[in-house]
Amino acid sequence: MPRIYLDHASSMPVDSRVFEFAKPYLRESWGNPSSLHSVGLEAKRAVEESRGKIAEFIHAENESTIIFTGGATEANNLAVKGAALRNITKGKAVIASTIEHMSVLNPMKELQKNGFSLTMLPVDSTGIVDLKKLDSILTKDTVLSSVMYANNEIGTIEPIKDISKIVHEKGGFLHVDAVAAGGRVPIDVQNEGIDLLTLSSNDLYGPPGAGVLYVKPGVKIQSVLLGGGQERGLRSGTENVFALVGMGEAARIAQQEMKQESSRLLPIRDKFIKEILQIDQSYLTGHPTLRLPHHASFRFSFIEGESILLNMDMYGIQVSTGSACSSKTLEPSHVLLAIGLKHEEAHGSMVLTLGRSTSMEDVPVVSKATNETVQRLRRLSPMSQEWRN
Amino acid sequence: MANVGYSKKVMEHFMNPHNVGVIEHPDGYGKVGNPVCGDVMEIFIKVKDDIITDIKFRTFGCGSAIATSSMVTELAKGKHVDEAVKITRGDVANELDGLPAQKMHCSNLAADALHEAIKDYKNKKQMK
Repeated sequence: MPRIYLDHASSMPVDSRVFEFAKPYLRESWGNPSSLHSVGLEAKRAVEESRGKIAEFIHAENESTIIFTGGATEANNLAVKGAALRNITKGKAVIASTIEHMSVLNPMKELQKNGFSLTMLPVDSTGIVDLKKLDSILTKDTVLSSVMYANNEIGTIEPIKDISKIVHEKGGFLHVDAVAAGGRVPIDVQNEGIDLLTLSSNDLYGPPGAGVLYVKPGVKIQSVLLGGGQERGLRSGTENVFALVGMGEAARIAQQEMKQESSRLLPIRDKFIKEILQIDQSYLTGHPTLRLPHHASFRFSFIEGESILLNMDMYGIQVSTGSACSSKTLEPSHVLLAIGLKHEEAHGSMVLTLGRSTSMEDVPVVSKATNETVQRLRRLSPMSQEWRN
Repeated sequence: MANVGYSKKVMEHFMNPHNVGVIEHPDGYGKVGNPVCGDVMEIFIKVKDDIITDIKFRTFGCGSAIATSSMVTELAKGKHVDEAVKITRGDVANELDGLPAQKMHCSNLAADALHEAIKDYKNKKQMK
């Protein structure tokens, strides 16, 4: 059975060009970038070159704005805790949108436990943040607001430039989690007025185990991980040179190919949406047009998402769901609840994230499998019988 | 080895569940769970001389919710109601070669639905 992988938001294969480029840093140039001898310098040079590529990728002021971390979760923790704690004398209020990733929300909640006031910024039914509300909840004590560039579960792209303008009128910093958006839509930190930005290596077809926090010149943050003072003292720990070098190359390739790849995926995504919405009582989640070009997300009434995922896997198709049963916490997706879905509606979600392996030929196969899956599970479900009767 | 995902048996029962459906005018009916939590199970039984002669279920829920429903109907079919009422959540999980730890509670309600159906049968019998 051929495999159709449509869960690129969860994990992506490392680009073979990236792997070839970074491979020597596992076995040949395996030095510690902190060592001053030639073996160390060779590794350091490669890491610095990678930093430059990433700065260019997001149009940063210079390469010293790029702080490498061990992944996006770490970068989000560093942004939220690092910025709030470093600027505590300016105020003790923080803001996060209700659809942020847990690696932003949980550090925010920890700040709250430690005396910060946390205000949640709501979104509308398509997932767009409420700009008027943002303006009204910002105070002179707000040191940090966090709004993601685009959401991983519903694909909605936020109006970052407008958000930045509002945030900066009051004076706090804006953190933007761009994990889902990176490599899908162009990002320009200077033009969009972003103070802190998170990127993930694997979401660019780079090696897992690397991430980046962009820190705008003049923005002061403090470290979360203490140790030997690598990465300007903001992220201690010996660099994972292979992953960092790979991430830079992945960003360079993404920059070159993004436009072409996104315009290739867009009609495929639209066809997926059109075909799957033919199913009775099926709905698109997220924004119909302001959404990532590789992202199609749905919900189906009367059935549960983990069952959908397992059933699709039997067809050789890998998808994702925001169902409670598929999560470690057994809570339904906070994102789906934030856009106003009821618990029982949020359980029946399915997310398709397309990638380089996706082609137009996948559409009829996946649409047919989705239809059969939904019908089979509805035949089992007591709720759909009540609906039919 | 640590438990990764579902056992083969769970997947078999998920993909080809036994005894799916409804019994018109059942001798006993049990329904547990609620859609907010993500699991709803209902079981219908037909009983003759205290023996469960037919049993059917419908389930809204995850893979283990469907597999445990299927398994509990298999275990109860043909049994005396006093035997069937002793079937526990643990028995169901064991027969399926185990369930992932976080699934042991929320998605293992099938035995409860069976117990409810038997209780309903006994209540109806008393009223006769």
